[in-house]
Amino acid sequence: MSTSDSAADIAISIRGLRKSFGDLQVLKNISLDVPRGSVVALIGPSGSGKSTLLRCINLLTVPDGGEIRVGEQALQFTGQANCLPGDKVLAGFRARTGMVFQHFNLFPHMTVLQNVMEGPVTVLKKPKAEAEATARRLLAKVGLAERAGMLPDKMSGGQKQRVAIARALAMEPAVMLFDEATSALDPELVAEVLGVIQSLAKEGMTMVLVTHEIAFAREVADQVVFMRDGVVVEAGVPAQVIDHPKQEATRAFLGKIVGSHAAHSCSACGATL
Amino acid sequence: MYEWDFSSLWQYRSLLIGGIGYTLLFTVICVAVGLAMGVVAGLGRLSRHVWISAPLRAYVEVFRCTPVLVQLVWFYYALPVLTGIEMSATMAAALCLSLYGGAFYAEIIRGGVIATDIGQTEAGQALGMTRGQVMRRVVLPQAFKRMVPPLVSQSIMQLKNTSLLSVLAVPDLLYQGQVIAHDTYRPLEVYTFIAVAYFLILLPATLWAKRLEQNHSKGA
Repeated sequence: MSTSDSAADIAISIRGLRKSFGDLQVLKNISLDVPRGSVVALIGPSGSGKSTLLRCINLLTVPDGGEIRVGEQALQFTGQANCLPGDKVLAGFRARTGMVFQHFNLFPHMTVLQNVMEGPVTVLKKPKAEAEATARRLLAKVGLAERAGMLPDKMSGGQKQRVAIARALAMEPAVMLFDEATSALDPELVAEVLGVIQSLAKEGMTMVLVTHEIAFAREVADQVVFMRDGVVVEAGVPAQVIDHPKQEATRAFLGKIVGSHAAHSCSACGATL
Repeated sequence: MYEWDFSSLWQYRSLLIGGIGYTLLFTVICVAVGLAMGVVAGLGRLSRHVWISAPLRAYVEVFRCTPVLVQLVWFYYALPVLTGIEMSATMAAALCLSLYGGAFYAEIIRGGVIATDIGQTEAGQALGMTRGQVMRRVVLPQAFKRMVPPLVSQSIMQLKNTSLLSVLAVPDLLYQGQVIAHDTYRPLEVYTFIAVAYFLILLPATLWAKRLEQNHSKGA
């Protein structure tokens, strides 16, 4: 296979990514490829840099160095302030990636329907009727067709997060990023959100998940990446990284998680760890 | 015991009504121009470009950190000498009070924007919005609700501040009162009337502002 073919099969390509906050080096020379249609789960302890890495993929956090490519768009970072991409370039880049936040961040002054229509109407300049049809279809897909007229404040966390997923999908993104999408949810609401993520995986959506749901990562991810202290410690298929980790650090982390959730099974699919 | 006699004020009714009219007109002008200044200065101070935000910060601090009476006198006496532009007392007073109000409005507007959850901005950015779109579609509609009660309170302050115009012989309610007091030798009646007139205008306005605030905190 030629290099151009294999490049087209890679949805997200990250090379030599570096990021510091003050003196703290959060990402140290990270390289990662996400094949088209695959699901990558980023796991690791708090402060390992996994959320920062995810936020770098859609440039909510601008890296200090390295290269990021999403689809055909590639950006290089030199860390110099005068070399930062402009507002329009950043916005165009972000429009191709869908992001789902831990705290939903729905727009409270808009109805559920308006939330989902906002991106296509404001950013893609789609006609309202077309955007509304798309929004209603996506709300039906996440099981909230009847809630279109509600304000987000009146909804449960699980419902809010499903609206947030529909809002991101409305942009028809090339990749979806999930930043601890279930961490702020009551335990009984986790399953409905994981269920939506799982159905997206089945449809072949390229996704990167930062998650603490190890059992879910094991079930849904094609590749698991374990990070600690700003570096990728271990990456591979779940059966290897989660079930037979090579690195001591991975074992220690999973041991703690398994210890605390020993009897838990995956809330979406029933898989036990 | 002082014998009150308000009847002598009756013949000056047109002066008093004119004074009230002037006070209200001045308030409307200073609130409108001040709000425009406040929007420009408040949003401008949020700019990443120092050469935009720094001068606006200087403007806001100068007007917030000097007494408005000193500003009024300075605008009327010093500014024309320094700039060579002749200004009527009315013009100087309108300019000064508008800029003064604008400085406070700017801080209210800036505060409202800053207090909006950063997650809202990020959600807009993640959809691919530009900074301007995030501000217009996401931040300002939410910040506006928060801003309204303090903006109304500040506008009530603006009305009270118009009483300082009398220093520059602008014929507002208080100035007309001083004229009448000199004429009638009935200062107690005159100033009592004026105090009551201000109170009757400001009480409903203050109650309305209070209600806005309560509605807001209930909604939040």
